[in-house]
Amino acid sequence: MAIESGQSNSALTTRLQQAVNWGRKYSLWPIPYGTACCAIEFMASVSSYHDLSRYGAELVRFSPRQSDLMIVAGTISYKQAPILKTIYAQMCEPKWVIAMGVCASSGGFYKNYGTLQGTDRVIPTDMYVAGCPPTPENLFHGLMKLQDKIDRDGIVSSEDRHGARARVEG
Amino acid sequence: MSERLVGALRAEFGEAILDSDDHRGDHHVTVDKGRLLDVLGHLRHREGCGMLADVVGVDYPDRPERFDVIYYLRSVERPEQIWVRTRVEEGEEVPSATAHWRSADWHEREVYDLFGVPFSGHPDLRRILCHHEFEGHALRKDYPVELGQELQETEKLFSDHDVARAAHRASLAQNPEGQGDEIAATDLLTINLGPSHPAMHGCLRAECLLDGETIVDARAEIGYLHRCFEKEAEDHTWAAVMPYTDRLNYCSPMLNNVIYAEAVEKLIGVEVPERGQVIRVIVSELSRIIDHLVCVGTNLVDMGALTMYWYTFNVREAMYQIIEGLCGSRLTTNYARIGGLSHDLYPGFEEEVREKLKMLEESIHDVVKLAARNRIFLDRAVGVGAISREDAIDFGFTGPALRACGVEYDARKMHPYLGYEDYDFDIPTGEDGDTHARIMVRMAEMIQSKRIIEQALDRLPDGPINVDDASVILPPKEQVYGSIEGVMNQFKLIYEGIQVPAGTAYGFGEGGNGELGFYCISDGTGHPYRIKVRPPCFPIFGAYAHLIRGGMISDAIATLGSLNIIAGELDR
Repeated sequence: MAIESGQSNSALTTRLQQAVNWGRKYSLWPIPYGTACCAIEFMASVSSYHDLSRYGAELVRFSPRQSDLMIVAGTISYKQAPILKTIYAQMCEPKWVIAMGVCASSGGFYKNYGTLQGTDRVIPTDMYVAGCPPTPENLFHGLMKLQDKIDRDGIVSSEDRHGARARVEG
Repeated sequence: MSERLVGALRAEFGEAILDSDDHRGDHHVTVDKGRLLDVLGHLRHREGCGMLADVVGVDYPDRPERFDVIYYLRSVERPEQIWVRTRVEEGEEVPSATAHWRSADWHEREVYDLFGVPFSGHPDLRRILCHHEFEGHALRKDYPVELGQELQETEKLFSDHDVARAAHRASLAQNPEGQGDEIAATDLLTINLGPSHPAMHGCLRAECLLDGETIVDARAEIGYLHRCFEKEAEDHTWAAVMPYTDRLNYCSPMLNNVIYAEAVEKLIGVEVPERGQVIRVIVSELSRIIDHLVCVGTNLVDMGALTMYWYTFNVREAMYQIIEGLCGSRLTTNYARIGGLSHDLYPGFEEEVREKLKMLEESIHDVVKLAARNRIFLDRAVGVGAISREDAIDFGFTGPALRACGVEYDARKMHPYLGYEDYDFDIPTGEDGDTHARIMVRMAEMIQSKRIIEQALDRLPDGPINVDDASVILPPKEQVYGSIEGVMNQFKLIYEGIQVPAGTAYGFGEGGNGELGFYCISDGTGHPYRIKVRPPCFPIFGAYAHLIRGGMISDAIATLGSLNIIAGELDR
């Protein structure tokens, strides 16, 4: 963005894409898909000491239709997986997914008959946050990385995400 | 005291008692399958073993009678416990103990789900932890640990017939004379509470049939966080199971660590030195405080009291700083070791704990002040989700939920471990067994935990924290890097695991939610043959449908929060 010289100081010019992305990345409305230990750390992240709202993702919504960022916090079992898929499908575009912690990212140390080996087996995942569970700082780092990614996104929907979705659904 | 029970059974049933043993003081009797229900009934009604606390299945594929089904009974008035075992072949039915206890319902379903042992006379024999489309029985020794199955359809808990039946019952309850309007099946609304619902902790599901806002009937479903702890345990060495225990009740991982270590130590027959024990008491009680803070904070926020959530979570955050200083991690602590602790306290620990305990007291004071006479809170909590003393025992309640009904059962007092008998503390109890009583019992328990920690800090002795036994505890690093014996010792303990002598032991203690126990079976190798967790949440959530039936939908949320169901422990 830049202030145009020769005009009054009240006008800014920018590219539409940049302005939209700027708005999107600082007003993420997360839906916590909390299932296990990571959900406890997610609660710590939103409570006053760590305070997620400092990063522009304050409005935690529990309705998928009102949110655009899903934070999968916890282990997803094969029994849970169809439900995760349904909830994801209920979110409006554009939408992003953070896999918080190793269970959501890859199954973690639960390599067994009950545990889905990562959320990306059923839904496209944008960001993986390491840790078991990740500290709140770690989650914030993941969130800021996601904001960088949104900054590079197209207005409608990035090909990158379309590609990921096609792979999962196909 | 429990040998009395064995004698009484032998006198009453004679030949039907096939065998009895008391390895490590846990009394087991093996009974003929045909007399099982008589023996259980006798223990319950004549010998005062009022609670069926767990049912354990064990698979021995090489034996003709392949499965052991073990009923764990206990008294809540006296320190008496007994395990009643029966042996069955594959496909052979066991008579269901649902005739005697309502808690048998879920426990037997679990054995059916994971081992495929059918129970005759069980009212609702379905899978419980695994998905209804799952094929095979996961805890059988021939089921591969990594064989996952992709599953599709979520199960409907109420069929059309069930809805019609519920509508008929609701009509009868409303108009016993048969006058007035009938409630038709189409008047009832079926709603799914959870599993993806903020108040249902992401993993609990209850399907409710609503007439207006009143819950006419409800059924609960679990297993959405079934992470196969028990199967994983069989695949690891005894020591490598420790990090998995962190993630059972992830609100109080230290308690799980300590109680698991105690259980395996009981099986090996070693005892941790005094300093180790006192530190274990301190971390256990810190953990209990954190557990109760999370429970009370989230329970109140579910009722709309956000301020209290900030108050409780601030002090919890302060407590986490102690835990983080102690073991480098906030939640998944992995602090206890079989035979001791991973390392000693850090410098300045004592002062920091004392300072944060002061903070805790202020915070409890603030929360109680905000809640005790708050009209909204009282309206939503008093008389809501109440359960009677008899029902609570019948359902297998332990911990704060049982004490809220006025039963003074606390494992720390009744079966003292870690030297709890030397501490001066009270057992807070309630009267009404409702949401309000459960919250208040938890608040009072935090104060008692604070008292215990202060006494423990006062008496903290010097000395070793680990047992002096090279076959249990890893050698110090100087030895590992400095001598071949040290290297070999480390190598064998890591790769082959601690060689636990063959046998069975049940180690348990007072967890955040009640009696947390590990029923361990060793075949004399470095890997557990079977570990069965006795999660306090499991029987408590088994009563959830009973608690919310007839209440409002908003009561269901308040009730659930006060029960403090932790899915990691519930589903394992």
